[in-house]
Amino acid sequence: MRVELVRAVIDSAALVRDAKAGSDGAVCVFDGIVRDNTRGRKTLHLDYEAYEEMALTQMRELAAAAVSKFGVRDVVLVHRLGRLLVGETSVLIVVASAHRGAAFEACRWLIDTVERQVPSWKEEQFVDGAVWGDGEPFPVEILGVER
Amino acid sequence: MRLFGPLKELAGTADGWRELREGSSVGELMAGLRGSMPEGLLAASAVAVNQEYAAGSLVLQGGDEVAILPPVRGGRL
Repeated sequence: MRVELVRAVIDSAALVRDAKAGSDGAVCVFDGIVRDNTRGRKTLHLDYEAYEEMALTQMRELAAAAVSKFGVRDVVLVHRLGRLLVGETSVLIVVASAHRGAAFEACRWLIDTVERQVPSWKEEQFVDGAVWGDGEPFPVEILGVER
Repeated sequence: MRLFGPLKELAGTADGWRELREGSSVGELMAGLRGSMPEGLLAASAVAVNQEYAAGSLVLQGGDEVAILPPVRGGRL
């Protein structure tokens, strides 16, 4: 498994190529990129930050969980921090598997879970101001019922 | 306390300090923060103790690393 937080541009094509092995019949890729607008408001760039030590631990746990839960062979999970421009990759997930079904399912589960649970945040810089992205609500089991 | 994202910006610092009496829980810490941070954002935030998500009932120990985590990432499906 290759799990990383990076600040440089993510070379998606190279990571996908490196993820393939002879026993694989499918590689499923989620390439999350910076959109040029949010609800019609024009985006200049995004600044990503993370609680880095915890984010990396969470990402490693999720990658390992995807392998055991879906029976895929390997997972690549790379998240970029810092300033990202429109069209650049913020999160790359590559799932390599003998069969496509498991690859699709693991890939979808990984990005959905990363979005809810890996402690990172993005501040969107628009032409006319900046805001923090509306977060995904935490699952109840994380937020706790006491509050 | 480590603060992140919008909470860090609102507090103007990435590190906040609170004196707590011995035996205080995560929930009590959060209750004590009310008034100094926007209620909605605080209510939606999770707490990590020593880099693991923590329940409100967890009792804090001296030297614990506590982080207040606003809702993460903000990706829309």
